[in-house]
Order: sequence, then structure tokens, then C-alpha cells
Amino acid sequence: MDDQKQLNVSPTPHVSAKLTTSRMMADVLIALIPVSVTATILFGWRTLQLPLICVATCVVTEIIFNFCRKKPNSLGDCSAVVTGLILAFSVPPTLPWFACVIGSVVAIGIAKMLFGGLGSNIFNPAMVGRAFLMICFGQLMTTWTAPGVEDTAKIYATTRATPLAVAKFTESDRSKALEEVSLEEYEISLKVRAGNPAVLGDLLRGAVGGCLGETSALAILIGGAYLLWRKTISYQITLGMIGAILIFAGVGYYLAPQQVMHPLGHLFAGGAMFGAFFVATDPVSSPLSTPGRWLFGIGTGVLVMVIRIFSGYPEGIMFAVLIMNAIAPLLDRWTEPAPLGTKVKTAAGS
Amino acid sequence: MSAESASSPALCLPAKIGPGTFRRGVHPPQNKSLTADLAIEVLPSPAKLVLPLLQHTGRPAELSVKPRDIVEAGQKIAEPTGLISAAVHTAIAGKVGPVTTTVLAAGLRVPAVTITADSSTEAPEPSWPPAQPPRFSPDDFSAQQIAEAAQEAGLVGLGGAAFPTHVKLITSPERPIDTLILNGCECEPYLTSDYRLMLEDPWWIVAGLLLAMRATAAQRGIIAIEDNKPQAIAAMHIAISDHPQLSVQSLQTKYPQGGERSLLPASVGRIIPTKGLPLHVGVVVLNVGTSATLARAVLNGSGLTHRVITVTGQGIARPANLLVPVGVALGEVLDYCGGLTDSAAQIVMGGPMMGNTVSNLDLPITKGISGVTVLAKSQLDRRPERPCLRCAKCVDHCPIKLNPTGIAHAVKLREFELARQLNLEACVECGCCGYICPSRIPLVQYMRSGKAALLQIDLANKDKG
Repeated sequence: MDDQKQLNVSPTPHVSAKLTTSRMMADVLIALIPVSVTATILFGWRTLQLPLICVATCVVTEIIFNFCRKKPNSLGDCSAVVTGLILAFSVPPTLPWFACVIGSVVAIGIAKMLFGGLGSNIFNPAMVGRAFLMICFGQLMTTWTAPGVEDTAKIYATTRATPLAVAKFTESDRSKALEEVSLEEYEISLKVRAGNPAVLGDLLRGAVGGCLGETSALAILIGGAYLLWRKTISYQITLGMIGAILIFAGVGYYLAPQQVMHPLGHLFAGGAMFGAFFVATDPVSSPLSTPGRWLFGIGTGVLVMVIRIFSGYPEGIMFAVLIMNAIAPLLDRWTEPAPLGTKVKTAAGS
Repeated sequence: MSAESASSPALCLPAKIGPGTFRRGVHPPQNKSLTADLAIEVLPSPAKLVLPLLQHTGRPAELSVKPRDIVEAGQKIAEPTGLISAAVHTAIAGKVGPVTTTVLAAGLRVPAVTITADSSTEAPEPSWPPAQPPRFSPDDFSAQQIAEAAQEAGLVGLGGAAFPTHVKLITSPERPIDTLILNGCECEPYLTSDYRLMLEDPWWIVAGLLLAMRATAAQRGIIAIEDNKPQAIAAMHIAISDHPQLSVQSLQTKYPQGGERSLLPASVGRIIPTKGLPLHVGVVVLNVGTSATLARAVLNGSGLTHRVITVTGQGIARPANLLVPVGVALGEVLDYCGGLTDSAAQIVMGGPMMGNTVSNLDLPITKGISGVTVLAKSQLDRRPERPCLRCAKCVDHCPIKLNPTGIAHAVKLREFELARQLNLEACVECGCCGYICPSRIPLVQYMRSGKAALLQIDLANKDKG
């Protein structure tokens, strides 16, 4: 036998599952392909510059922060790319490049790297970046364009309100509403509110105004189903959030159909679907325990509906996710599992 | 379901037996086909044995022969010290050497004695497969006789933990035993020694089960086998056909099905309390190999001198199932199997989930070693450790329902009492967390170092108090 043979020693176990963190991030990128494709079809090639700018800025920011903190390069895990894409897909397609850059720097630099890099951030980086943009560029962040307009000049001219924004007006506010939005928009909104199947179909396909990545619920469903199949995201968060939105909106719609939109309208309009599959499911900023993940999803869904119905904002995904991120450690503490055997009593003690 | 039966270990048998599986756990690649169809071979008697005096859980045995004594094959060379201790026997005849120190696979340094074969007499080879056990009635033996035979034979659990078997067979009236489970799960990847034993030696296994049931007064005997071993299930079915109180139970193939804390919920629907043993819920678990050896100890009076191991892995030239004498050097076993291949990179004593890696080929094969797995270079995972993503896969797969990443984090920050609060001490080190972790965090290593630190803290407190 070869006496010079080098033998490796290592702690147990000596075999490991194939899945790696990089692969999990790559899965998110794969799942975003349908969303990217529909965004390109709906808003034109030019809108692809948004994801490109955001991803590039995120990557550069991570490099700079790692350099400043004298840490090794951490780009290999692809998480900066994911953050950039999630941010880009949750802003309006008309957002100027400088806003994208600022949002990305805040997302990676402040929300992630300052907290210690991947795995140490408390809040969802993309949502922190978006919140910063919302505060700094409120006007730009709520200017929506009708899908299918290729020409840049026209994009800025044909802005339109999203169904959720119009839904803020009740039927009695008709005259007030018509001062701000066109009759056509108002009528669409009414149809969404009533759960008109044709209009809901439009929402599924994405033929309505909205953020870059959130308009087509169908594209999100395809990508989300892939993530669930790969077990990259926890189904507890997604189902909890969607369930809470449907139930909350369903009860509201039943009690006050004049004020509350149809539950499916609430689910397919705005960022609810994108949030449920791609944003709230960020593992770093969500709880570890299984009941904790259910509560996290349900809490996010309830907060989304509270913000949509009772606050001045038409949309609430971002704030709901950020608030639940802050509560996530508490949820983990409340739902700490009792290990197997701790609840069992023996006949004469042990 | 389990809490009630657990709190009242009544002697009446619960009507329903367990669900056949446990919650969580992992599915590592099995790799059992390397050796599953290879019949057990007998390793030629070696010229030298190194017999550690501590091959079991408990106190080391005490040498009962003197250096330069001449011993016979099968002779006892060390006596147990106290209840939780086990005798040691030599498989070969020869001369006793001086007491030295040897390092076990787990890293423990223990006293050991060397037996050098007498060149003048040809060592008798054990015959395999063994002859059928003689006809006997378990009632011919008293419970005490059976436990004493086990102690006399130096019998310990052959599944890996090496806990002295006679301790399990001595029962007290406060803790009646209603069920005896023979563990034939063999959930570790690669290993097939228990599987081959069930195929080639089922009669002795059943004889041991009947004797163990007699010793513990258990009315029900279950042979639990994972459902990836249909031939073993069939063989055991035939072997128990004359005994209505025995049954063969097919359990879902999932790691760690063979761990007691996963086996009991799956097999009889009872949960072992965190700091308790199976006997606290009315069950005694023995490995199938232990059972066969128990039968030989009681019926033939033979000591634990040989055991079956699997030598396997992509790094060994000729994988095999072998009957080897306890105390034979690892290198000798590897040489018999054609030696290491060029790609061999890591030698694991046991299976890849829980076995220890070794770098010293002089190490003896002890009673608790059920196999040697030689992994090839291509199988080593050299991906670097990455930050925890809190993906919760370790939480989702922990069979004990712990929060491995939380505990590892606490240990990393040297917050050992926090780790204790997170129930670190309930960890069985099965390795599911480390196997599944996409960030390649050595979670089991953190568990072990945390436990060691807690032990130190407790010892220090004891001294003060």
C-alpha cells in the first residue's frame, strides 16, 4: 500500500446534498425569466435597461463595500444580482436611471453590507432600497405607464393610474375620482372591484399599469411554481400571504363591496403576487421555524390589506414586508419548536 | 398518540403499532449496491490483534491476563469493571504483549493489549455461514442467566454505540418492558453488514430475539427493517414463522431511521424522552448483529470475538462484507480488500453520515465498528463554508426538531448557555443538518464542540458546588 497517500479527515457527515446557496440564488434568477420576458413584451426593450442598471450598481456596490471592509469578494453567491433584479422589478418602468442607481446603492450598501453582508441583514435589501426611493422620489415612483407603449416620449405622456390607486376612490367619490383619472381607468377599476372575469384576465396577462415585474400574475405564478418545486422558497410564507389577502379581501368585499375590491382583484393587481413569491420569501429576513413562517406570511398579507384599505397608500407590499422583517426574530422566539422528547413524561422520571 | 403510552408503560400491548416512518430526516444516496450482493467472507486469521480495553460505552475493562501469558482463541483477557463495562476476548491464540495505548476512531486514547499469534499452532478459522442454532426453549434459561451470558461474552451493541448489552437486558419491576425491537434498519449509506447477516444468519438473530425477550419479559418482538431491503424482510419473515409473538416490520427508507429516537416513533409510535432511554417507554432495542451474538453467547458460551463489517466505497479496490476478528488492524482489512485505489481520499470508520475519519491504518477494528467506507477524491466536498442564509433546511430536516443553525450560531459566539436553552444536549449528531446545509456550515462540529464546552462548564460547577 502506498505509504505516502494523503488522507483527508473531516467532521461528520462526509457526504452532502448537492444544493448550494449559489444554486438557490441561481434558481431565483431562473424563476425571474418569465417575469423578465413579460416585462419586455409589455413595456418594450428599453425597459430592460432598468434591471441592467440595478444589477450593475448592486454588483459594483458590493465590490466597493467588500474592499472597504477588507472582506473577500462575495459576488459568487449571486445574491447581489438577485437583489438588483427584485428592486428593478418592483419600480415603475419609467423610473430614471439615477433613481435606480440610488436605490441599488441603498439596497446593497446600507441594507445589506453595513449589516454584515449576506445572511446578516435584518430587512429585505431590495425593499429598503425601494422604500428609500419612495421617500426621495415619490412622484416618479407612482407614475405608471400603460403597457404596450414603445416610444419613450409617449411612455411619459401616457401615464395611467393602477387599479389599486383608483380603488382608493369609492363609488360615491365618482366626480372626485374623475378629476384625477380618466373615465376609462375609472371604469376598469370598477370592473376589477366587481371581479369582472375579463378584466381579471387582463391582470393575469399583465395588460394593466404597474411596476415592471408585477403586472403579469401568470408570469409570476410560473416562476413561483418553479421556486416552490425546487424548494428554494418556503411555501408557508407564500400560501400564508396569499391566503390572508384572499380571506381579508373576501370578508371586506362581502361586507362592503362599495369600498373593497374583489379578492382576486386584490391578489392579481399590484405587487401582491410578486411579493408573495419573490419578496416576502427572502430567507435571510424571514423566520426559521415552520409556524413562524406561516405567521410571517399571514402577517404580511394582513398588513398589505390594512395598508391598501385604510392608509393613504394604494399599495402596501413594501411596508408590510419591512414591518414583518422587523418582527421576524420575535416570531422565531414565540414559535421556538419543542424538540422531540421534551414533552414526553416518563413513568418514574429519567 | 405516544404521550399516553409513554406515561403508562402498561403491560397490555397497544393495539396499533407505529406509522412506519418518522418526521423530517434526509435521503442521502444509498450506494449499498457496491456490497449488497456479496456474501460474507471470512478474513484469514491475522498474526496480531490489538485489543483496546475500552471498546464500549462505560468504564474500561481490566486486564485479567499478564504480559507474556499464553492465551487460547476465544479466551477472556479482560474483565468488566462495574456494571457499565464489558469484558474483552481474544479471537486468536497467542502471547500477550505489554499494555500500550492506542487511539480509537473517535480520537480517544485508551489502554490496549497486543496478542501475537503463536506460529506453532494453526489458528482455527471461524466457519461461515454458521450452523443452525440448536433447538432450545427460551424458558430453559432464567433472565439472570441470559444477562450474565451477555456480560460474560463482553457483548456490546454492534450497531455503533457499543453500549454493554447486559445492562439493557437487566430490567426492573418499575420499568416493565413490553416490546423488544431488533434494529435491522441499517440506514447509513454504503453499509450492508446487517443486511447480509439477516440474509445469511437469520436463525441466530431470531434465537437472540427470543432470548432477549425472555430476559426482559417483553411479550412482543419486532424486527424493524427499512423497505429498501425486501430480501432481508423476506428472509426474516421465514425465520420467524414459528413464533406468533414476533413480527417483521417494514419501515420507510429514510435517514436516520435506525437511530433509536427515529426508530421508536416509526416502529411503535412512542417518543423517547429527551434525557431518557427506550426502556423509559417500555422498549429495548438491539441491533440484529447483537442479537445473533447474544444467542451464540447464551447457547454456545462463546465470547464476542468476531463481527461482520462492510468494507466499501469508491476508494477500495474490492468492496466486501467480511467476518473479522475484533482487534484486527484496519490496514490488514484494507489489504485483504485489494487496498486503496488511486482515487481514495478519505477513510471513514462506519458509514459516511456518522462515522469518524481516520488517518492511521494501524487502528484496530473494535466491537462497535460496522464498516469501513473509503471515499474517493471526487466525492469529497471541498466547497467553502458560506454565511447562513437562514434557509431553514436544517430546521426542516432535523429529526429531533432542533434549530441547528441557531445552536451553531450560539456556539460560534461562545454563548454556551444559550445553546443549552436551545436544547443542544438533545442533539443526536445524526448529521442531517450538515448533510442538507446549502452553505456547507459544519453544523455537527459546532454541536460537538458546544456539548464539550457544556460538559466542561458542568464539571467546573460541580467542583465549586
